[in-house]
Amino acid sequence: MDTSRSYLEPSSFSKKMAAAIIIVYAVITLIPISWMVMTSFKNVDSAISYPPEVLFEPSLEGYVNLFTNRSRQSQEYLDSLPPPENWYEELVRSREMVITGPSKFLGRYSNSMIIGFGSTFASVFLGALAAYAFSRFRVPLKDDLLFFILSTRMFPPIAVAVPIFIMYRKLGLGDTHLGMIILYTVVNLSLAVWLLKGFMDEIPKEYEEAAMIDGYSRLQAFFKVVLPQAMTGIAATAIFCMIFSWNEYAFAVLLTQFNAQTAPPFIPTIIGEGGLDWPAIGAGTTLFLLPVMIFTIILRKHLLRGITFGAVRK
Amino acid sequence: MSQIKIVNLQKSFGDFTAVKNSNLTINDKEFFVLLGPSGCGKTTTLRMIAGLELPTSGEIYLGDEEVGMLRASERDIAFVFQLFALYPHMNVRNNLSFPLKMQGYKKSDIKNRVEEAAKLLRIDHILNSNISSLSGGDRQRVALGRALVRRPKAFLMDEPLGTLDAEFRELMCLELKKLHLDIGATTVYVTHDQLEAMSLADRIAVMDGGEILQADEPNVIYNKPKTKFVASFIGSPGMNFFEVHEGISKDQSFVNIEGAKFDIPKQLEESRGSKNFFGIRPENLTLDNNEGLKGSVFGVEYLGSRKIITVKTSLGEIKVKTDISVKVKLNENVQVKPSNNNIIIFDGETDKSLNSEFIK
Repeated sequence: MDTSRSYLEPSSFSKKMAAAIIIVYAVITLIPISWMVMTSFKNVDSAISYPPEVLFEPSLEGYVNLFTNRSRQSQEYLDSLPPPENWYEELVRSREMVITGPSKFLGRYSNSMIIGFGSTFASVFLGALAAYAFSRFRVPLKDDLLFFILSTRMFPPIAVAVPIFIMYRKLGLGDTHLGMIILYTVVNLSLAVWLLKGFMDEIPKEYEEAAMIDGYSRLQAFFKVVLPQAMTGIAATAIFCMIFSWNEYAFAVLLTQFNAQTAPPFIPTIIGEGGLDWPAIGAGTTLFLLPVMIFTIILRKHLLRGITFGAVRK
Repeated sequence: MSQIKIVNLQKSFGDFTAVKNSNLTINDKEFFVLLGPSGCGKTTTLRMIAGLELPTSGEIYLGDEEVGMLRASERDIAFVFQLFALYPHMNVRNNLSFPLKMQGYKKSDIKNRVEEAAKLLRIDHILNSNISSLSGGDRQRVALGRALVRRPKAFLMDEPLGTLDAEFRELMCLELKKLHLDIGATTVYVTHDQLEAMSLADRIAVMDGGEILQADEPNVIYNKPKTKFVASFIGSPGMNFFEVHEGISKDQSFVNIEGAKFDIPKQLEESRGSKNFFGIRPENLTLDNNEGLKGSVFGVEYLGSRKIITVKTSLGEIKVKTDISVKVKLNENVQVKPSNNNIIIFDGETDKSLNSEFIK
């Protein structure tokens, strides 16, 4: 009999069971994502072939189609052209097409970046200041104000789409980066204030007091002592805010068209010849996943590390 | 370094008055302890001196400057917190240089001063360690170091040894005393522990209910308490009190308690009312077989070289501190009597001690 383990520790059988369940769950969640990544590397034909191809010859056609505009040409015209200068031109010509210019994807993608990171920064920054004030100062009607802030989350944001549409048109904020940053910040701010207040409450006020005694103003103490210790909360809040504004679709469809359109409303409009260009959509969606993934991985160490642990004896 | 003076200082939180009309002068280079039970206003007083709380009324002088309404950062004082409040995201060196960075010192100056303070506190070997890896004693030293590097006008300490275990506390107590002798800085130290107060202080102020009851040297606080509270709070155990149901007049030299006659030092002051208290410290009482108050032994505590015997009498429980050689059994009938004339009469109306030949 194995007597080396304590009764409190799970048995090796239950550990294996747990691992098996987690693996099954992970596989189930990862299937759609891996299918999407696979589709992005298929060519137009194998993407829609039936039965679906699991093993296929990888192609970058989807990515080429995503980044370019093309037009179909006759074989005589193609023959009259000088030989293709690079691999993607060759790939497009093999489909009897020529590249007429870059697509709008890169522009939409950078709009998403600007609006996503811009509103995340604004939400976290404003949220941290407000949370600090709620956490430390005697604010009149504090509880009512906090409830009021939370109440903006009690209906789906799209419920106010019509008034916002009209307001934005009057204010000239429609289809602008600033307008979208403001909108997403407003939606995210209540979450940011509530999440960060919880984290700020956990930070003993002695730290700021020590910094203020050391000659720093309250604002300096906030930036140099409070914020670094709230990193865990800031990272978590930033990830939530980023995911929301990065993925937001409904307002983006409604309020943006040309100048400030983000990637989510753009990707489904990638139309191919005679049906949707699934590899290009797959490629767009795969690339669209990357920033949030990288952002989360970068911030993960802050989520996992309790940096205040052990510094104050309680 | 400088003198600290508080004048008519008062602090209210809503309806609650935490500090009542306090006056205090802390001399230059003095180690001054604010002592009292929790909630007595000692920490609030300290925080007002630091600038972490603003007074409701009254003045605080640091040297010649009135600082009552100045921000903490403008006062040039250092504060050591009970929980140390070391910045966990910085290592020891950065914690120590943090106050200096704000004052715009050159990098080389900061380095020199940090290393000087570290050497003084014997933490120079852990300068590059993380705060979370330090022991309680080392954290305490780093917290002191952070106060020290700036060479402030005064050090304020809020129960800095409160979270250390007993062994460390004694050691740090010695180190603090030595440090104070080395640098001679005006220090205000808050504690509820009378032993700490007695061993560290040049002078002690005993506080209760937001009031400063007495500010004196430790031996004066112990031997000549000005109020009944000070007499009972200082000493372990505190002073014994018996009710005296008679007025005390000038030149009186005895009182009657429960029909027995007790000698007291010749009184120089008369009492206001007819109910007063007879106070005597446990070590000034002795057990006797023939005379004194009758009672039975209720408990015996050994303190190594002394023992404390609790005797139940008609006047209540009396604590007697005796020599270890005195042998008594539980429930044994004994008699208790004063062994000398170190007796203080407290006025029943004001709780203040009456002047006598013993306590002037």
